[in-house]
Amino acid sequence: MSRRRATPAALLTAVLATTTACAGFGGASGSSGQTSIVVAVVSNPQMTDAISLADDFREAHPDIDVQFVSLPENESRAKITASVATGGGEFDVVMVSNYETAMWAENGWLVNLQPYADATEGYDTGDFIEPVRESLSYQGDMYSVPFYGESSFLVYREDLFDEAGLTMPEQPTWSDVRELAAAIEQAHPGMTGICLRGLAGWGENLAPLNTVINTFGGQWFDESWDAHLTSPDVREAVQFYVDLVRDHGQAGAATSGFADCATRYGQGRAAMWYDATSMVNVVESPNDSVTAGLNGYAPAPVVETDASGWLYTWSLGIPASSEHPDEAWEFVSWMTGPDYARLVGEELGWERVPPGSRRSTYEIPEYAEVAAEYADPTLDSMEAASQDNVMVNPVPYDGIQFLAIPEFQDLGTRVGQQISAAVAGQISVDSALEQSQRYAETVGESYQEAG
Amino acid sequence: MATVDIAAAGTADSAPAAPPRRRGSGLITSATWLIGVFFFFPVAWMVITAFKHEADATTDPPRLIFEPTLEQFRNLFDAGAGPYFLNSLMATGVSTLLVLALAVPAAYALAIRPVKRTQDVLFFFISTKMLPVVAVIVPIYVIAGRVNMLDNVWTLIVLYTAMNLPIAVWMMRSFLQEIPREVLEASEMDGATLRQTLTQVLLPMVAPGLAATALICVIFSWNEFFFAVNLTASTAATVPLFLVGFMTSEGLFWAQMAAAATLASLPVVLAGWAAQKQLVRGLSMGAIK
Repeated sequence: MSRRRATPAALLTAVLATTTACAGFGGASGSSGQTSIVVAVVSNPQMTDAISLADDFREAHPDIDVQFVSLPENESRAKITASVATGGGEFDVVMVSNYETAMWAENGWLVNLQPYADATEGYDTGDFIEPVRESLSYQGDMYSVPFYGESSFLVYREDLFDEAGLTMPEQPTWSDVRELAAAIEQAHPGMTGICLRGLAGWGENLAPLNTVINTFGGQWFDESWDAHLTSPDVREAVQFYVDLVRDHGQAGAATSGFADCATRYGQGRAAMWYDATSMVNVVESPNDSVTAGLNGYAPAPVVETDASGWLYTWSLGIPASSEHPDEAWEFVSWMTGPDYARLVGEELGWERVPPGSRRSTYEIPEYAEVAAEYADPTLDSMEAASQDNVMVNPVPYDGIQFLAIPEFQDLGTRVGQQISAAVAGQISVDSALEQSQRYAETVGESYQEAG
Repeated sequence: MATVDIAAAGTADSAPAAPPRRRGSGLITSATWLIGVFFFFPVAWMVITAFKHEADATTDPPRLIFEPTLEQFRNLFDAGAGPYFLNSLMATGVSTLLVLALAVPAAYALAIRPVKRTQDVLFFFISTKMLPVVAVIVPIYVIAGRVNMLDNVWTLIVLYTAMNLPIAVWMMRSFLQEIPREVLEASEMDGATLRQTLTQVLLPMVAPGLAATALICVIFSWNEFFFAVNLTASTAATVPLFLVGFMTSEGLFWAQMAAAATLASLPVVLAGWAAQKQLVRGLSMGAIK
């Protein structure tokens, strides 16, 4: 009995031992004479495209071996922050955004890229879209360079609107949007009027909601860091957003974010969707969306301001702890240089070109043709995206749909959870905002004490 | 994975118990089947989704009839899954062997030759599992950085060994306690040395327990994400990191992810299948006690 019993366990041990030996052998093989750089990116489709095109870089730079670490946004952000802040040194190039860049530059965590950019022939930082360039600069120098940028706008089903005899105003207001959502639901029962993010998170539901708060005249903090989340303007804005998504939004909105809305709109189950301009890569792709070619685009809806919308950009920076900043810049300048758009267009297709970073991209005839419907709305929204245009009151922080302060990741997520609970109908908007106000006051007080 | 095997095995086991009370056991059998199917459904759905096109994977209502494709698996191999699997095999295999090598002697001492403070020692072992991992990740990260061990698979091996050791000691101890003392006394009477008693008498008798312990360690290490995501980057990244690399906030990824998850669970399923017989006995041995 004992002998027979022992066999499978021994087999298992043997299998493990063998695979271990193999792994040890595989792991030992390394590089030869090349400088190896490690690039940390967020696993979005544009970055996946860049990874698949990296052989083009390797051919031009046989002495540089480039390796990628690709993680979802939250994990990537946490990991990159930990590594850069403690000088971990695992990465030579990191993907950051306009949320981190200026803060990290101030802390001395990022290499100043301006001298590199100025010394690189044909790189031309003046070609970057103005608000994007400014949002990645600290004291006039760029500390990260944009890979792609986005604002927000409203996509709608032109075919359904025509059928129902509805017209989208050139610059819609939020009450226009509510009426249109109601009208389209009447004309097409079963269709969702508008898809809006409800999923909790500072980068999820708070992004669109904050543009609504801004255009309603609300603000998180005034210039002396007093929290204003229970002010009448903020209350009205949040109540409007919650009512709109509950009355005319998608089912289960409290757990739906960008990806869910992309799926719903792409399957033709929603008539409008207010979200990032980068949505065009999904809704105009015939593989992912049945609505490709049927869409119209309108600027972000407004109330008290002339313009609205957000500004976000994924950019590349070099951590101060990198041991190979020169080689890292070679890679950064390849991925964000003026020729990259053409490379993507010719190798993978023009609809996959990363949008919203360089003006010259929009002058390439092939891209202009593919992007005829959405190029101008994208550029216009991005150019309008500065605090002066989209906010009523002055605020003590940078950022439009986020507050560029380190505490905002936590504060934003907590407030986002309250809003999500209100969208789900678990709590009232008033109690969500009262709780949010308490969180915000704690953060505000720390700034007031610091003077 | 283990859950599935146990559920399936439970079904098989319940059948022979039929003769005495036919109606009751029939009910139990169908209930077992129902629970088995209930547990297995998500796994089956994952495998089905892996063979779908991205657009078919997100339809509402879900589609059962579709045109199957191997596209997702091709993409996986193009994405370079190999190094991730090698790292995972290395971290899982070496740490499991280390755990067994350390846990068996410790459990032997605690079960067969207990001393006054044995209970305290046992409690000390298990108390190391009470601190949430997230509370110690910063010191671990900083120490690993200082000694140049970030992005190194041996860091994971050390951590996984430490992580699984307390559970392995507890499990092995409960298996060893079931060994009748008379057997050990008999082997002593026959003049066996300690080593002979251990390797020729004891180990064959606790083989099911050993297999169960090893498989638990393999599952825990293979699925471990938190240490891996924080302490590795490009060269030592393991399979769970390869998996989440497909998650994106922009665009569709379910079919791709399902294919990656199917591939990632295969080694554990195979290990479980190979040790199935031992495992069922081993797990129930601990449970009945």
